[in-house]
Amino acid sequence: MFSDPDIQKMIFGRLTLDAIPYHEPILVATFAAVAVGGLAVVALITYLKFWGPLWHNWVTSIDHKKIGIMYIILAIVMLLRGFADAIMMRLQQAIAFNGNEGYLPPFHYDQVFTAHGVIMIFFVAMPFVTGFMNFVVPLQIGARDVSFPFLNNFSFWMTTAGAIIVMLSLFVGEFARTGWLAYPPLSGAAYSPGVGVDYYIWGLQIAGVGTTLSGINLIATIVKMRAPGMTFMKMPIFTWTALCTNILIVASFPILTATLVLMTLDRYIGTNFFTNDLGGNPMMYVNLIWIWGHPEVYILILPAFGIFSEIVATFSSKRLFGYASMVYATCVIMVLSYVVWLHHFFTMGSGASVNAFFGITTMIISIPTGAKLFNWLFTIYRGRVRYDVPMLWTIGFMVTFTIGGMTGVMLAVPPADFVLHNSLFLIAHFHNVIIGGVLFGMLAGVNYWFPKAFGFKLDEFWGKMSFWFWLIGFYFAFMPLYVLGLMGVTRRVSQFEDPSLQIWFVIAAFGAVLIAIGIACFLIQLVVSFRRREELKDETGDPWNGRTLEWSTSSPPPQYNFAFTPIVYDHDGWYDMKERGYVRPLEGYIPIHMPKNTGMGAILAFFALICGFALIWYIWWLAAVTFVIMIGLGIWHTFNYDRDFHIPAEEVTAVENERTELLAKQV
Amino acid sequence: MTTHSHTHDDHHGHSHDHHGHGGHEAAHGSFKSYMIGFVLSVILTAIPFWLVMADVFDSKSATVAAVMILGAVQIVVHMIYFLHMNTKSEGGWIMMAAIFTIVLVVICLTGSLWVMHHLNANMMTMSPEMMKNMP
Repeated sequence: MFSDPDIQKMIFGRLTLDAIPYHEPILVATFAAVAVGGLAVVALITYLKFWGPLWHNWVTSIDHKKIGIMYIILAIVMLLRGFADAIMMRLQQAIAFNGNEGYLPPFHYDQVFTAHGVIMIFFVAMPFVTGFMNFVVPLQIGARDVSFPFLNNFSFWMTTAGAIIVMLSLFVGEFARTGWLAYPPLSGAAYSPGVGVDYYIWGLQIAGVGTTLSGINLIATIVKMRAPGMTFMKMPIFTWTALCTNILIVASFPILTATLVLMTLDRYIGTNFFTNDLGGNPMMYVNLIWIWGHPEVYILILPAFGIFSEIVATFSSKRLFGYASMVYATCVIMVLSYVVWLHHFFTMGSGASVNAFFGITTMIISIPTGAKLFNWLFTIYRGRVRYDVPMLWTIGFMVTFTIGGMTGVMLAVPPADFVLHNSLFLIAHFHNVIIGGVLFGMLAGVNYWFPKAFGFKLDEFWGKMSFWFWLIGFYFAFMPLYVLGLMGVTRRVSQFEDPSLQIWFVIAAFGAVLIAIGIACFLIQLVVSFRRREELKDETGDPWNGRTLEWSTSSPPPQYNFAFTPIVYDHDGWYDMKERGYVRPLEGYIPIHMPKNTGMGAILAFFALICGFALIWYIWWLAAVTFVIMIGLGIWHTFNYDRDFHIPAEEVTAVENERTELLAKQV
Repeated sequence: MTTHSHTHDDHHGHSHDHHGHGGHEAAHGSFKSYMIGFVLSVILTAIPFWLVMADVFDSKSATVAAVMILGAVQIVVHMIYFLHMNTKSEGGWIMMAAIFTIVLVVICLTGSLWVMHHLNANMMTMSPEMMKNMP
């Protein structure tokens, strides 16, 4: 392009045309599919004249409900990407035997398993969890929004910017080939000189800003904005798990950020924190990353526990058994999750005393988790159980998660871990708890809160199809991996020598196909439900005979959630109100003070995205310019005092009267 | 149920749409308290410089330990005089959060030191001479 290579380097850094993988047929096809799909979406939005509403009602929205929904849409979109990686790996491993190299060369296979892990944890599970907390927590505590609504919008767009950076690596350059935690020295500049690890670093750092800020936001919301009368021991259990999760986020994500900063310094300016020589110690990286990493798995699972607790109580038509023990179990898990991290690297070389300590703490942390399972069982016991779709997911979770928990305790025994570590047994174990726990929880939550978010229930038939395909597919896909792990097959291998193993990989691939059908059923469920939305309409706002405050308002809730702040006397606030014959006030509405939409969150995140991209490709001038713009805009935004407005009393009255009419029709 | 949050004064019950204070806010500092904090910080910063520049202690590790301790003391000074933390502000919440933070920091630091110093437990023993000749 330029005759002088120095000028080109100054302008484009190390970004050249060679970075576009047009010589890789798989990637070109993927790109074509994404481009066609993207163009179709753009065309559809233009055709429906949806650009204006998209910007005004969604992108700039600071409404916690819409931000929560956007988080979950992000999670579902990224789930499709992460699952595409998964099924590619399953196919490769099922065919790469007897000298057949399969269709993915190691260069690609390594990127695929790294991207699969990174995407599933950071851009599927995290947005799912954050989305639910955003949507549900303010409604459950009787608040009108989160404490810092603008920050919430900014957090969401930063998470999205991180996701976009990871997605860009597919078409511009490459992704890391290091595994999802990018252990040095492999991830260091010497062994991973390309842009892959840099995509990893900046994707996670930008998304991490969003995650940390949303953690702070939700803690402030839960501590400061509960409805009058809602003491801590009267908080719904999901709000409790959200509180503990966000405390874990705020306390652990800075460790991830700091660790990645040290690695960035190693890669960019040649320091030696984690290198092999000159005093560096790669083991320190492993140690630090797991001090974040172990709390992270509880960040994911605690909200899922909260969702299951709400669902079990609602669909058993009973008060949750052992509410107080549930709260204490959650808090104990929160603290204990900080003293078990070494069980991720028992084989790193520590002596018996260190390994014994962390083995025992790991076994101890399974006790509060077990207590929770018994609480759910006792809630179901003698309850009037309704087997709606959310309850099916819950039962499926209880069985599956117990198996995953037991294999986890097996791995907690250091001598056993020496045999099983880094094998497919480990892979089967953590998929067993993350799919069987987190993912089932999220899908249960989608089915449970969907009517609250959109005003109509999800179709039951396709919901059940999705559940059974997921459940059976899960067992087909991961039970063979336990077997293979016990036979000694290690993880992250793309080709095999021993043909006797092939049958197990074929079974696992069959399971992955079943899961694919489960995902398809879920998408069909969304479409079918949308088309049947009139039949499935929820006009009461309380389709499941719910127990917590979110079911006391309309579905979908008005912008201000509650015309009057509810007063709480019991931990199942709405159930208690129904029991006491609560009468909805019909007049006396007053103007409601609300925050104003702002596009600044999306704009800042856009510049963060460009800045991250520039840093990955060493385009220093662009990184500096966008960074300065970002800081400038951030400061400028603090002088924007036009951030709130009042919903006039007449409007509130009109909205509430409409609901009164709907409710009157029900009787 | 018709009680709007404007009318109650329960400190749990902040509705975000007004700015009423519940009575347990963190105290705002006075000129005097800021000055005390500032002077203490300056002193606590000057001592480490003096320790290093004037070579007060013979052993290097004693200097390092003294600098670390003075740094930790300064953190406490900042928390009290600049961040206005005390046992009563925000209904004890700030204190509780601080204790939780300290517990976690202690766990992470001592745990990391313990783990990292234990790493060579399963290695062959190595003499200092061999260490020096490591690649």
